[in-house]
Parts: sequence; structure tokens; C-alpha cells
Amino acid sequence: MAEVLVLVDHVDGAVRKTTNELLTLARRLGEPSAVFIGDGYDAAADTLGRFGAQKVYKIAGADVEGYLVAPKAEVLAQLVERTQPAAVLIGSSAEGKEIAARLAIKTNSGLITDAVDVQPGEGGPQTTQSVFAGGFTVQAYVSKGTPIITVKPNSASPEEAPASPAVEDVDVTISDAAKSARIVETKPREKTGRPDLNEAAIVVSGGRGTSGDFSPVEAFADALGAAVGASRAAVDAGWYPHSNQVGQTGKQVSPQLYVAAGISGAIQHRAGMQTSKTIVAINKDSEAPIFELVDFGVVGDLFQVLPQATEKIIQTKG
Amino acid sequence: MKIVVCVKYVPDAQGERTFNASDNTTDRTGVDGLLSELDEYAVEEALKIVEASEGEVVVLTMGPEDAEQAIRKSLQMGAHSGVHILDDALHGSDAPATSLVLAKAIEKINADGQADLVITGMASTDGTMSVVPAMLAERLGLPQVTMASEVKLEDGSVTIRRDGDVSTETITAPVPALVSVTDQINEPRYPSFKGIMAAKKKPVQTWSLADLGVDAGEVGLDAAWTKVDSFAQRPPRQQGEIVTDEGDGGQKLVEFLVSRKFV
Ligand SMILES: Cc1cc2nc3c(=O)[nH]c(=O)nc-3n(C[C@H](O)[C@H](O)[C@H](O)COP(=O)(O)OP(=O)(O)OC[C@H]3O[C@@H](n4cnc5c(N)ncnc54)[C@H](O)[C@@H]3O)c2cc1C
Ligand SMILES: Nc1ncnc2c1ncn2[C@@H]1O[C@H](COP(=O)(O)O)[C@@H](O)[C@H]1O
Repeated sequence: MAEVLVLVDHVDGAVRKTTNELLTLARRLGEPSAVFIGDGYDAAADTLGRFGAQKVYKIAGADVEGYLVAPKAEVLAQLVERTQPAAVLIGSSAEGKEIAARLAIKTNSGLITDAVDVQPGEGGPQTTQSVFAGGFTVQAYVSKGTPIITVKPNSASPEEAPASPAVEDVDVTISDAAKSARIVETKPREKTGRPDLNEAAIVVSGGRGTSGDFSPVEAFADALGAAVGASRAAVDAGWYPHSNQVGQTGKQVSPQLYVAAGISGAIQHRAGMQTSKTIVAINKDSEAPIFELVDFGVVGDLFQVLPQATEKIIQTKG
Repeated sequence: MKIVVCVKYVPDAQGERTFNASDNTTDRTGVDGLLSELDEYAVEEALKIVEASEGEVVVLTMGPEDAEQAIRKSLQMGAHSGVHILDDALHGSDAPATSLVLAKAIEKINADGQADLVITGMASTDGTMSVVPAMLAERLGLPQVTMASEVKLEDGSVTIRRDGDVSTETITAPVPALVSVTDQINEPRYPSFKGIMAAKKKPVQTWSLADLGVDAGEVGLDAAWTKVDSFAQRPPRQQGEIVTDEGDGGQKLVEFLVSRKFV
């Protein structure tokens, strides 16, 4: 069976859940080979094996870290050339898509971004994408070169398939040109103790209707163990960080449950949450477009509804 | 200072966007088009940079006849000249082909004076792939400094702030460089009356594939490196139960969550 390269997304060896999803999808297409770039492999080894990596290509060193995307694309291009994989799977983050973009040009290969499903097909992997703010689904495949596919978080539930991967230290040569954009400073985002927006099973978002007071949104989210999101109106007003923005120009989330509080449901917001499994809204205005999408809606004031609901959840959980 | 800004003409997101059933491409006829809102940020940033020193902003678009409107709007905002890549063979081009054509066009623009920066939007509002900027950097061999929420230019280098998933990064590269900007970077201006009048006299060149030395067989739907098998309109979500809060809205909400096993 052909190899399927999976680019590992990690922070100092802490593997992000999207990688486990990619390894799970890769097993449908062939034998997953994890590509681990950077430091901290020891912390990652166990997870990669548990989710079925048959091989690990390990690339350490100062030549790939500290630069923006270009060296990573060169690493992958060299591995694609060598292994002739059935596909390359990369997480659909901004960085992942940029790496995929450069890899596609380097290897003369077709690229599909933001897949929400990948299945084996006759001529190679078949992908499903969700486009036009979730209004359409598109089935596509790569017709040239090595299929390069970026996959959205939460597109598959990670399934374990323990393996003991053969680990290979790979020597790569990185061009000077790829090292021209240097990262000179990195400020890690402050930890909130809440789940990551991309990975969370439940997301609770607040909008302009919060009038700047996110405390009822956060309390409700905490009662549910949820991540907190925000509309652009709330972000632009400075009430919540941009890293929590949901929508076209923020995060595109696809949780089991999405709760929109004080959000009207503009098309650009929908583009980031419309594929959520269950949608709930709380809004004062019964005409708000968000209600068109909901499985359950409350017409009411979020400052009344959310605290009552929070209390009730805490009671119920005992 | 010379800056090339890539702008795209896209179907209005507020309209009913759809596909052409005949060839599975984005329908660009049924819906009014406009300059992609996300590219306004790129035009604005370029204008701010040249206004702070001096120089010119050239806007570049590849697209059908109507795409000239995207150039026009950019000229009204203050850009100095435009280049429109127009050729029937371009219909259905994918991102690799688009980046090929734009790269060739930028090389031609560079022939009468190397651009210091190429600036793009963060994504086009119709395709939203966010890949053309990285592809352009790859093809042009330029340093890539993308997803900038802040841009600073000094002494032959460009420094940006990039707000990533887990951290905020400061990234530096020598110019010439390729920059893409987010919608966090600035507040795009509206064209003034004066700007609208002035735009009428600004030069717009139209180039064909032949002018760029690109073979028609390398672009368009048939040459695309990916193929769409089918598309389907997602059935509209069925509206669920809506209750009006009469003092028990929170409780009803929790009852729903319990029924779906979220609590
Ligand atoms: C290029 C572009 C990209 C964009 N990208 C994004 C994006 O990524 N994400 C995004 O969210 N938006 C995005 N937008 C903006 C989008 O168009 C909307 O402006 C934005 O989503 C509105 O945010 P909102 O729903 O919080 O505010 P509003 O539209 O003002 O809605 C506030 C809602 O709160 C309700 N409300 C008020 N008070 C209360 C209360 N006490 N209790 C309950 N309800 C209350 C009101 O009835 C109203 O429905 C983008 C726009 C453009 C042009
Ligand atoms: N046809 C085009 N003409 C000019 N610029 C484009 C075109 N397509 C994409 N771009 C540029 O590339 C950016 C990202 O586009 P995309 O990769 O399609 O999301 C846009 O914001 C534009 O700046």
C-alpha cells in the first residue's frame, strides 16, 4: 500500500487533535507516514503511534524553525519526490494552507483546501468541501500530480489504531531563499484554560448583543466545558480577542453544538459556523437571521436567559 | 516605491451565489460583482505606504470583462494605474493557473521598474482558499510575509505582525517581498468625489495571455489540476423550535440541551 504523508501540527511536541484526525483519514487511503518537523518529538511519539502512523519522518534543526512556511514546503517537496505518496494531508490552518500552496507549485500537483471529508476513490482520494458560506457541498479530486489536501478540523473523529512506527531522521537541504522571511519574535497566546476553538465539541459565541460584557457568555461556556467565540462586531469593538473570531475572516468551526448569543447571523458569520451539527441562538429580535439556522432558539435577553441556563446546568450536573 | 496590488472581482456574497451546471464553475453572471472586500484592505495599505513616502500603486486583476470594475474602484480609492488580464481562455482557471498568470503579469509590470512590494488580500471572498499569495511568492521567488495585521517598512526590509492560532509572530524579510493583509490591518477608505472623477483619467492596460507569453493550454478549466465531480445545494437547515422567553427561557434551553445529551 502506498504511503500517505501527514504533516504533524504540534507545539513543542504537543500534537494537536487535527493531526489525529488526519492520521485517521490517511488510513482510508494508504499507510500513514507522519512528517514531524521541529523539536519535541519525544513528547509526540506516543500519540503518533497510537493513531496509526506506520512511519515517522523526523526533521529537526534550526534550518526549518524560525522561518515562515517556505522551508516546511521544501521539506515536504523532497519527501514527496522520494516516497511518491498516494496523498499529502495537511491541517487547514492559515499556515497549513500556505505550506500546501507552495508544495502544489513545487511538485506540479493539484491542491484541494478545506476538505470536510476524504474518501478513497477510483482515481485517488475524493474530497467533500463546503462552499459559499456552507450553502453548497462540492465533490472534487486532484487530477494532476500528487493529491495535496488540506482538511478542516473536526472533519473526522480520531480513531486509535496502535502501531509502532519506524522513525527516520531525515536530512534536508533548505534553500537560502526559503529562509528569507524570518520569525524574529513569538508571543504565545495567553492560556484561558478553555478548550481550543478549533477543537472544542461545544462553542459558545457572543456578539454585539453582549454590549461588551462577555461574563454571561463565559460562565455559560464554562458550565458546558465549551470554547468561547465572538462575532466580528464584538472583536472590532475590542471586547474579545481576534483569535476568537468566528466567521469568514476568523475561525471556521464545526463543533457538535454552537451557541450564538446576541449575534444576528450575517453571511460572513455563518460562513464560520454553519456546518456545526447543532445550532442554538439567543437573540432579542425574533426576526434575526440566525434563527433560520437553529435547532433551538430563544427569543429573549441574553442577560436573563444565559445566567438562568448556567445555573440550571450546574444544578442538573449536581 | 512601487507597489503592485492584486485585486479580485467576485460575486457579491449578499447575492444568491451558485454554480454553472454546464461546467461546475462559479457562476459569475447571475450575481452582481464587486471588488472583493478583503482586497480593499490591500489597496488601502498600499496607499498608506506610498502616501507616507512617495511612489505609485498599480492594481492588477485577472478576470472577465466586468472585472475592470474592481480596478476602477481601486483607482477611485487612489491607486495610480491598472492592469487587467483578460482572455477567454482563462475561464475556470484554478489557483495554480491564476498564480501563474498573475506572476507573469507582475514580471511584465516589473520590466519597467521593479516593484518593492506585491500586496494581496488574505483570501478571495468567493473561493476563500487563501493560497494564491503563497503560490505567487513561490513562483516569483519572493520572501513571503503573509496574513499581516500590521506592516512596517524600513531600510529595505518589511516587518509584519501575524496573529496565528497559538501565538503572535513578528516576521521580517528583505524587500522586494510579497505581503498579504488581513481585515484587521486598517479601515479602507471610501472613494471621494474627487477620487471618482480622477479615476476616469487613470490608465488601465488590458493584456491577453499572448501578451504575457502564457500558453492558453496552461490555464482554464481543462488545464485545472483539480476537477469538480459534482456540487449540491445543501438542503436549507430546518428551523427548529423557537421559544419566547417568559421568564423560563434559560430553563427551556437547558431542557433542549439535556434532550440532546449536551448536559
Ligand atoms: C469582508 C468581511 C468579512 C467579515 N468577516 C466576519 C467574520 O469572520 N465573523 C463575523 O462574525 N462577522 C464578519 N463580518 C461582519 C458581519 O457582516 C457582521 O457585521 C457581524 O457578524 C455582526 O456581528 P453581530 O451579529 O455580533 O452584530 P449585529 O449584527 O449588530 O447583531 C447583534 C445582535 O444582537 C442582538 N441583541 C442585542 N442585544 C441583545 C441582548 N441583550 N440579548 C440578546 N440579543 C441581543 C440583536 O437583536 C442583534 O441581532 C465580515 C464582514 C465583511 C464585510
Ligand atoms: N483573479 C485574481 N486577480 C487578481 N488577484 C487575485 C485573483 N485571485 C486571487 N487574487 C489575490 O489573491 C488573494 C487570495 O486569493 P485566494 O487564494 O483565491 O483566496 C486575493 O485576496 C487577491 O489579492
